[in-house]
Amino acid sequence: MDLIFEGVKKAFVLIFGLDREVMGITLLSLKVSGLATLMSVFLGVSAGTGIALARFPGRRILIALVNTGMGLPPVVVGLFVSLCLWREGPLGFLGLLYTPWAIVIAQAVIATPIVTGITVAAIQHLPERLRLQILALGATRFQLALCLLKEARLPLLAAIMAGFGGVISEVGASMMVGGNIKGYTRVLTTATVLETSKGNFDVAIALGIILFLLTYLVNQLLTSIQQRTK
Amino acid sequence: MLEVRDLKVERGGRAILHVPFFSIDRGEVVSLVGPNGAGKTTMLLAVALLIKPSSGEIVLNGKRVGRDIHPLEYRRRLSFVFEEPLLLDATVYENVAQGLRFRGMKKGEIVDRVEKYLDLFRISHLRTRRARALSGGEAQRVALARAFAIEPEVLFLDEPFSSLDLPTRDTLSRELEAILGRLGWTVIMSTHERAEALRFSDRTCLIREGRIVQMGPTLSVMNEPQDEWLASFVGMETLLEGIVEEVKSGTFLVSVNGRIIEVAGTARQAEHVTICMRPEHVTISLSYPNFTSARNVFKAKVLGVEPAGFGTRVKLDCGFPLVAFVTASSEKALDLREGREVVASFKATSIHVLRRRPLG
Repeated sequence: MDLIFEGVKKAFVLIFGLDREVMGITLLSLKVSGLATLMSVFLGVSAGTGIALARFPGRRILIALVNTGMGLPPVVVGLFVSLCLWREGPLGFLGLLYTPWAIVIAQAVIATPIVTGITVAAIQHLPERLRLQILALGATRFQLALCLLKEARLPLLAAIMAGFGGVISEVGASMMVGGNIKGYTRVLTTATVLETSKGNFDVAIALGIILFLLTYLVNQLLTSIQQRTK
Repeated sequence: MLEVRDLKVERGGRAILHVPFFSIDRGEVVSLVGPNGAGKTTMLLAVALLIKPSSGEIVLNGKRVGRDIHPLEYRRRLSFVFEEPLLLDATVYENVAQGLRFRGMKKGEIVDRVEKYLDLFRISHLRTRRARALSGGEAQRVALARAFAIEPEVLFLDEPFSSLDLPTRDTLSRELEAILGRLGWTVIMSTHERAEALRFSDRTCLIREGRIVQMGPTLSVMNEPQDEWLASFVGMETLLEGIVEEVKSGTFLVSVNGRIIEVAGTARQAEHVTICMRPEHVTISLSYPNFTSARNVFKAKVLGVEPAGFGTRVKLDCGFPLVAFVTASSEKALDLREGREVVASFKATSIHVLRRRPLG
């Protein structure tokens, strides 16, 4: 019990004392996961809308693949992105491995199928006749897509929350492609793993609390936007 | 104004709609009438290019769609009201303005146009309300205002009242009839209600299994169906097969189960015919009427009495089956019940005759 109590006490000191290293890790986590979420929203919403509205052979197989991708194991993504960014890999010339950009890419790969899958479901859930009605109002294909996205804004905000939740909390891919380099690619999850393995439970608890608070605050923000638009 | 030639819609390799020819003139109201699943909505959607026909040609004002006019440009000259209001999750004003925004109209013009049609459909007071919070009748008014605000060349109405309760439906259809009468727009509407077709349309197309089976002026289509199925569909509940016994001047006598029915019109001796009659055209009394213009008067026994809307449907046996419709007060006054002996009469002119080929 003492261990936990001491850990929580130390955590509060680190948080409220605005410990430089902890704040740096927190900021990097927010930046990396925020950017990855933004990328996944752009890619996932576009792809999801296209898949939901278009009719083409193999569409069902593609939707099944997207749905499978929603549960992609982060370590598999980490391995795949590492191989791509490896010096001899297809994207090795970019020199991104063990940089924050590598983490952004890996996290975007994790979040994009989540956002895509929820977007497909959200648009398909709208009445088929609504699509016809919007076309009957004289919409172009692009105007139709925008209008449907607006109609599906509640589940789409849920998609963003799910995407952000998925990447801010993952550790495997960030560790593999970022390397957990102190002051450079160390994010909240990789730092928590490291500190726990070193037996520094107080720091690990502090990082855990920050991670939880950060996730809560971002979701609180998105939830309030979602409920306001209801 | 609008012509459709050889329009086909296929699903799963099967033609679910085939319209060899259909046309509508400027200012005309045409109804597509048929039972549920007949293909009315499919025809409206295909003509409006909201679903892709597998073949066919649509010509608007002499210009062929797809060749002389871009399909988007064509769609923007039309507007469509569905059975359900299908409003966007926005305010009433935004809903009515949406079609105009799609067309890139200037803000000032949109405001004027939206206000005009909110006012026309008496929903100006709802302009800031969320569309999803409206009652069924209010929502359908918004859907109509939204379609009208586009000021289309052709307005498509797909059973626009069928999702409404009866009082709302009556009020709204009366108002819409007056508005359409005032504006003189070109309208294609679908309905399975004969009364709606009679109320709104100049011409009617009867549709069955994806085909137009009869087309013509509404009254003529309703009173002169071309086969037994159509006769039943347009409300002729008595269908009797018989043979022409005698041809007189302006009338002829048909033998049905040994009884003779006098029919206005001409026929050939020994011709096989089907006599069709609406229940509203049969009069029931307790004794032979002293003065009547009806040429056909028969003693009858009541086989059954059943409520039908605000009146009563009475099934009679006159030596042949006959269906009559009486008001609730008549039912009470005549004490109509099973087994009751009555007299049924109907005019020779109230009968529609279908020619049949003789058996064998």
